Amino acid sequence: MTTTEAPDILRRILDYSSRPDPYPLYAELRRTPVARQEDGSYVISTYRELADILHNPHLSSDVRNLAHPMPSAEGAPVPAFINMDPPEHDRLRRMAMRHFGPPHTPGLVTGLEPTLADIVGGLIDDFADKDRIDIVDDLAYPFPVTVICHLLGVPREDEPRFRVWVNDIINSIGYDPKTDPKEKLDDGVRARQNLREYLGGLVEQRHGHPSDDLLSRLANDDGPDGRMTDEEIISTANLLLIAGHETTVNLITNGMLTLLRHPHVLRRLRDEPDLVVPLVEELLRYEPPVHIIPWRAAYSDVTVGDTVIPKGSQIMLMLASGSRDPNRFHDPDRFDPGRRDNQHLGFGSGVHLCFGGPLARREAHIALGQLARRLDGPRLVADPPPYRRSPVLRGPIHLQVERNGG
Amino acid sequence: MTSADNLRAFRRDGRIVIVGASLAGLRAAECLREEGFTGSLTMIGDELGEPYDRPPLSKQVLTGWVPADGTTLPRRRDIDAEWLLGVPASGLDLATDHVRLADGREVPFDRVLIATGVRARPWFVESEAELDGVFVVRTREHAEGLQRALAAGPSRVLVIGAGFTGSEIASVCRERDIPVTVAELGPYPLVGALGAMIGEVAADMQRAHGVDLRCGVKVTRLEGDAQGRLRRAHFDDGSTVDADVAVVALGGIRNTEWLRGSGLAAGVWGIACDTGCRAMDLNGLITDDVFVAGDVARCPNPVYEYRLISLEHWANAVEQAEIAAHNMIHGQADRWPHLSIPRFWSIQFGVNIKSVGVPTFADEVVVTQGSVSDHRFVAAYGYQGRVTAAVTFNNAKWLDHYRQLIETAAPFPPPCPTPDQPVDTKPVPVDFPGPLLLAQGATVVVTGHDPGERRVTAAHQHHR
Repeated sequence: MTTTEAPDILRRILDYSSRPDPYPLYAELRRTPVARQEDGSYVISTYRELADILHNPHLSSDVRNLAHPMPSAEGAPVPAFINMDPPEHDRLRRMAMRHFGPPHTPGLVTGLEPTLADIVGGLIDDFADKDRIDIVDDLAYPFPVTVICHLLGVPREDEPRFRVWVNDIINSIGYDPKTDPKEKLDDGVRARQNLREYLGGLVEQRHGHPSDDLLSRLANDDGPDGRMTDEEIISTANLLLIAGHETTVNLITNGMLTLLRHPHVLRRLRDEPDLVVPLVEELLRYEPPVHIIPWRAAYSDVTVGDTVIPKGSQIMLMLASGSRDPNRFHDPDRFDPGRRDNQHLGFGSGVHLCFGGPLARREAHIALGQLARRLDGPRLVADPPPYRRSPVLRGPIHLQVERNGG
Repeated sequence: MTSADNLRAFRRDGRIVIVGASLAGLRAAECLREEGFTGSLTMIGDELGEPYDRPPLSKQVLTGWVPADGTTLPRRRDIDAEWLLGVPASGLDLATDHVRLADGREVPFDRVLIATGVRARPWFVESEAELDGVFVVRTREHAEGLQRALAAGPSRVLVIGAGFTGSEIASVCRERDIPVTVAELGPYPLVGALGAMIGEVAADMQRAHGVDLRCGVKVTRLEGDAQGRLRRAHFDDGSTVDADVAVVALGGIRNTEWLRGSGLAAGVWGIACDTGCRAMDLNGLITDDVFVAGDVARCPNPVYEYRLISLEHWANAVEQAEIAAHNMIHGQADRWPHLSIPRFWSIQFGVNIKSVGVPTFADEVVVTQGSVSDHRFVAAYGYQGRVTAAVTFNNAKWLDHYRQLIETAAPFPPPCPTPDQPVDTKPVPVDFPGPLLLAQGATVVVTGHDPGERRVTAAHQHHR
């Protein structure tokens, strides 16, 4: 493996015009598995190298370990655990996981299944009479938002308020001082502040009023690690609210788009409902909702393959490229819902492995399963559909579908 | 006929017999079918019933969470086999290619896979072993009996032997709020597998959970009452403990006695084989038609100086089964070596313990990440300046990194700090009890990821 500069390919990937199909550019990028950029940062794009570095303890998610920290809209007194290292990361994630999954809350996602099915069923009922629907606005967005609000204990009717904030925050995630207007960052800072204040108000109400929602359980429960501070609860809720939104929207939308492009698979899914389980794994590989981890920091010199990345370097991880690496996946550009040995990077890997993965999987199973069953003769109106700006959380902004008789 | 024709004919309608119908046997059968073997397949097992998973028997089954008959192994595919269950194999005749069963039947084969595993080492005094309340844990009947005894609310449980199984059982007792005494001949729990430093942590864990841990003692006698029920145990220091349940957790005995006279290199250490899982005969020659997998296999590992190692690990059984199955139906040029780095897990006292590599193949150990006092850390083991193993307590997600360090013969102690820096980063002697069999320096590295591309390369010096 050699380290050469490939700035042009990365720039083309990040450019909005590549959004519908970045995969050929990923293939070019993979020719240099660990590529040093002009600005001294590194881009990793091949499966083995990504899998290795995601388990490498010399990698940091703490922005303070970057030699040249980039401008960020974060601005929180306590970062969310996604931007922390062990042991603090582990402590906060453990405290949140106590209320979300095994071993302390083993039945949560399974117990939600009837609720998930009802929400999806209701949304499909609502557009049952329409000839033209937008998979994003009519299902893929409202569904996970309703679920994450329900889980956290955020009133659903407040959604129009925080939708604006979440959008501004997402837009600011990929902020590049060289190309983006300063407002993008400022809007992100303001939106984060608003969202934090809003969540802070909710946390305040929860103290001394234990109930079943996650905010209340975090605010009142004393586990072996003690209780989170209010700032920690706000940062955690903030993270779960945003991640609980934006990623699952893309998973469901990318999923429906892929099924519409592979009508025989869509037909198969109607007849074999259990196919949805390996199918969603294949989607997480083939059209994942998160394409890039924009940065990690080399805490000390990090060896990847034959390259030594110096301490303090910024490292960009091209997860979606890794999941299309022909050295790991046979015929990687083929959508194969029956694929075996499918250890994709769709949820990342290592200590930062997607916290909400089990929920996202179930949401996608239920949404795609019901869509396959209940949408008659769906056709794509535009292929490719219009995409969101972000190259990181990549997915269509709308997905118009016409149905029989439409 | 060419050998390629022979192989094709064998894959089409040859006869394969698998002796041992547990994890390794079942997985091998599934792989044989998966890879296109369409001949006859016979499964021989001494236990009745479907193959089942054993790790839960000392954990979830004993807590009462999972019923003893609830650990049946999932089937990956139909194997279309003839099952001869409930009768152990009693002999192997390589002159006529037959397996003999204890009831006198003879089963002919063209190729045979030996996966007869391990049984629990019983208490050494037979009359004491027969007392009511004295248990071993290996089969699901054992686990079911012990679970019932624990559910009855014994006044105290005595666990004899603080290896992984014994420690897990002690942990279950404390979880069920049953008083428990653990008797260990060595200086610490887990010391034989992980050394003194980690053993000390394990001892802390046991005591913090209210275990009456007694190390450096030997149980000399189990005493029963007039009804033949266990009531007391005597130690070699003259002390006693009253208990109505005793669990003998002194490891296993490899089921190789049935191979006496077969001409194979079989004995108490297992059955020697090559990395392709082909059995070795008494002369040390590799046989062509006899394969070994799982707990009874004693396989050379190039990373550990080609030492023959037998492992009672779940993943090892599965991987060897897959390699053996592949090699049984492929020619010499297409055979795969079993080159994976050993790994295992245990859960006890609320701590998830995982390990990669061979911790006993080490002279030093160092904490590389986390905090020992919080019982969440990674410790790396080194032998003559290279990494040979790692153990994690509640930190398992880093293991892949350490596996890579082992495979690449990375220098020990691993350089460079991590964000989760331990207080003390000085290597200490690993300190295993008993004689150590250590030799010199790294000689190889392992490359490749898929079973078909794993290869050993000789290493003359470190990369850096």
